[in-house]
Amino acid sequence: MTRQSTQSSPVLELRNVTKTYKVKQGLFGKARPLTAVNDVSLSLPRGEVLGLVGESGCGKSTLAKILLGLEAPTHGQVLVDGEEIGAQDRLSLARRIQPIFQDPYSSLNPRKSIFDIVSLPLRVHGVGGPQDWEKQVREILDIVGLPARVMNTYPSQMSGGQRQRVAIARALIMKPEIVICDEPTSALDVSVQSQILNLLGDLRREFGLTYLFISHDLAVVEHLATRVAVMYLGRIVEEADVAGLFDHARHPYTQALLKSVLTPEPGLGVPDTQLGMAYPNPIDPPSGCQFHPRCPLATAHCKAKAPRPVPTPQGLVECHLYDTESPMFDNKAA
Amino acid sequence: MEKPLLSVRNLTIDIPVGGGTLHAVRGIDFDLNRGETLCIVGESGSGKSLTSLAVMGLLGKTIRRTADRMDFDGTDLTRANPRTMRKLRGARMSMIFQEPMTSLNPAYTIGDQLTEALLLHKPVGREAARARAVELLEKVGITAAESRLSQYPHQLSGGLRQRVMIAMALMCEPELIIADEPTTALDVTIQAQILRLLYDLGREMNMAMILITHDLGVVARVADKVAVMYAGELVETGPAADVFNTPSHPYTRGLLRCIPLPGKTERGSTLGTIPGIVPSLVGDIEGCAFRTRCPYAEAACRSEIPRQGSAGHAFRCIHEDGKRQAEEATA
Amino acid sequence: MAHIDNTDPLLQEITGPTPGQMLRKRVFGHQGLLIGAVVLIILLFIAIFAPLLAPHDPYAQSLMNRMEPPVFLGGTWEHPLGTDHLGRDYLSRLIYGARVSLLIGAVAALISGVIGTAMGVAAGYFGGRVDMVVTFLINVRLAMPVVLVALAVVAILGGSLQVVIVVLGLLLWDRFAVVMRASTLQVRGREYVAAARAIGASTPRVILSEIMPNIANNLIVVITLEMAHAILLEAALSFLGLGVQPPTPSWGLMVSEGKNMMLFEPWLVLIPGAVLFLLVLAINLMGDGLRDVTAPENRS
Repeated sequence: MTRQSTQSSPVLELRNVTKTYKVKQGLFGKARPLTAVNDVSLSLPRGEVLGLVGESGCGKSTLAKILLGLEAPTHGQVLVDGEEIGAQDRLSLARRIQPIFQDPYSSLNPRKSIFDIVSLPLRVHGVGGPQDWEKQVREILDIVGLPARVMNTYPSQMSGGQRQRVAIARALIMKPEIVICDEPTSALDVSVQSQILNLLGDLRREFGLTYLFISHDLAVVEHLATRVAVMYLGRIVEEADVAGLFDHARHPYTQALLKSVLTPEPGLGVPDTQLGMAYPNPIDPPSGCQFHPRCPLATAHCKAKAPRPVPTPQGLVECHLYDTESPMFDNKAA
Repeated sequence: MEKPLLSVRNLTIDIPVGGGTLHAVRGIDFDLNRGETLCIVGESGSGKSLTSLAVMGLLGKTIRRTADRMDFDGTDLTRANPRTMRKLRGARMSMIFQEPMTSLNPAYTIGDQLTEALLLHKPVGREAARARAVELLEKVGITAAESRLSQYPHQLSGGLRQRVMIAMALMCEPELIIADEPTTALDVTIQAQILRLLYDLGREMNMAMILITHDLGVVARVADKVAVMYAGELVETGPAADVFNTPSHPYTRGLLRCIPLPGKTERGSTLGTIPGIVPSLVGDIEGCAFRTRCPYAEAACRSEIPRQGSAGHAFRCIHEDGKRQAEEATA
Repeated sequence: MAHIDNTDPLLQEITGPTPGQMLRKRVFGHQGLLIGAVVLIILLFIAIFAPLLAPHDPYAQSLMNRMEPPVFLGGTWEHPLGTDHLGRDYLSRLIYGARVSLLIGAVAALISGVIGTAMGVAAGYFGGRVDMVVTFLINVRLAMPVVLVALAVVAILGGSLQVVIVVLGLLLWDRFAVVMRASTLQVRGREYVAAARAIGASTPRVILSEIMPNIANNLIVVITLEMAHAILLEAALSFLGLGVQPPTPSWGLMVSEGKNMMLFEPWLVLIPGAVLFLLVLAINLMGDGLRDVTAPENRS
């Protein structure tokens, strides 16, 4: 973390990133394009936590894979510290961006000891020798709240929460700048989830980490994130700082998402999200605004014309209601 | 007071394992009236799913179930033979599982699977059964219900499949529905819709429902009665409003502190945690199962734990009101 | 907090056995596996120390002492299992024959194992075109009748130990490829593979240190099965006169040579047949046992 940069310069930037897969239907079916990530531009200032929310199939995990260099974008650029990712080699990218995955039962190799798992980045990158490795593994295990003696144990001997701590230790041992957290707590029990969330918060403050925090749990995102981006069918439909998004959601989809959060408050009943139910098939995305078949406020205009990203002081929102040039512009809503 | 539809007393579930016997459920009691929703909430391994399977008589052969009483509308489930149980299942009580993809048979159409139970249990013809299936699919909010009957499970999205599962469970108008984490695999917006649907249908058809979940948010919104389960015991039971407003067992309060509450919990603040881990369920537990993680544990917690509170809102703890007021005073 | 019994909750949690300990426990609790392993080790020992154990030179003919019966049929201890139609000591030939069978089994399984594993892992890991090509090759291979092809090749090139080993090695990789491809596909989707790639690990490293250890159990099972398969095929080829050439002592050849006298001296066929049966049974018992022993880990 010696790199000199001002607080506001984005450590991670996505410019018009698109990822298209060819999907074959049936044995002799023609391959059709599936746009998993559609023209996404995002910037993540150093030290912030960008929460990325959306339903399954919206492209958030594909976006994470692109950021980790596991998938190459079809179009667009990913910039880390202003340098384009494609131009860097994978090792230097790996030093800067590390993942924490959802399922701690699948993210640790069952045949390897905890020491082998956590020290793998050091060995891959050829940092120091076996003596250093043990010292560094000891240190990082201590930081994530595990005693050094777990080094000789295997994942199958640990609980879900402990495994996730091991995964965090592996991600942090190379001191990356950015951590991609892909649903890091959704496979954990409630009491363990809060421990991991606290740990992630502490680590960020202590090491000045930047997180991309992918989750479907809006309460968790609200708690941890500083900025939030809402994804729908591969597009970012709204982006704002956490207060702006949770206190004044603008896009009808964001509003529906917030409405569907079930807080443990008895007597409120189950909310009516007023969404048309089916999440569309990404191979056959709807015309115009992709959200229109489920939107309670949709009109014929939404079906015909796709909204453009409208920059507002709060952040971007993609909806005709907030576009001054759209016939649907609604002064009250904006 | 009306007679409860389901009455369970001292239900125990033992699983033989390598090093002894795992006491997965340790003597729990609950009652369920018609039209009522009981939520059993607990973390993984607390025994909540086994409890539901025990009521349905669907535990594996190696698992031992004992109970002083398990009464379903006059039928003693502990003594019911397999034939009686088969008649009850599907017809008068039915179950909705977590993963709709694995609980629907991929080789049969939606229509076949929907009508199967009805044809099996009720004297109706094929036409009438299909008509009922269409009616229910529409009721659970599936459009173009008629054409869905000839579709196969893989052609439907997760949310739709779960709706089909619900429609299937409702085909014979059961009096009791047991739903085990019915919305855990679904997206938040779909979850809200499915829960709302279950809730409304339950009211409309005066069905009793047992909802198994780990999600306190779900519990608070749909439950009439709540049972908090920890290490195979019910540590706190009562009406939803009471349990959430005056949570008396330290475990219940600990759980509630773990979840960030939008608008109440300060963003970025440290969340509450429950230190330690669930004790091993192999062998006997001395006294309170939660004492190893409880901030108020003392020597007396190793002895017999009394059940406190009223018949409505009860909890198992040696401390008066589970130290709730003491805790609130310091907060 | 003074009353909390467990000051270190983690201490309680990490008490289970390591995967290695669990494996050891299961291995020593599996009778079939143990019996198979013991028989195989004994046969291996006999093969290695054949020169020390054999009472006679397996090639030394003694036309005066042709077809002496074994001890239990009234023979002498000079030739405990009798002699064959050229008066060679049957026990010595049997002992040297173990070398041939085990050598062919091991080397043929090794060759086909390397070919099949490389193809299967590549297909499973890279997918796409690589997978298409490998799947095509597997199908081509499965469409060929092994015995017929082996017979044809040996007939053209002439039979010898080396030729039989190479031919079998080049023919028996199909099961390796199929099983390794399926196992790799399964493991490739695990998040620890993605994590290793995100760390920057190279493709060979990911395959060797993340994927291979997790599919090795399946590989071991296939190796044992194919070893048994190769040993039986060698016996069949030798029986048909197209495998190992006389006077090399091979069990298949011994059956073949004895078959003319089968009606009068059945032990000439029964003895090599029985040890062949014993060896294949031992290997299969071990393969089955290994599958049982390694399977529980796959489930958890």
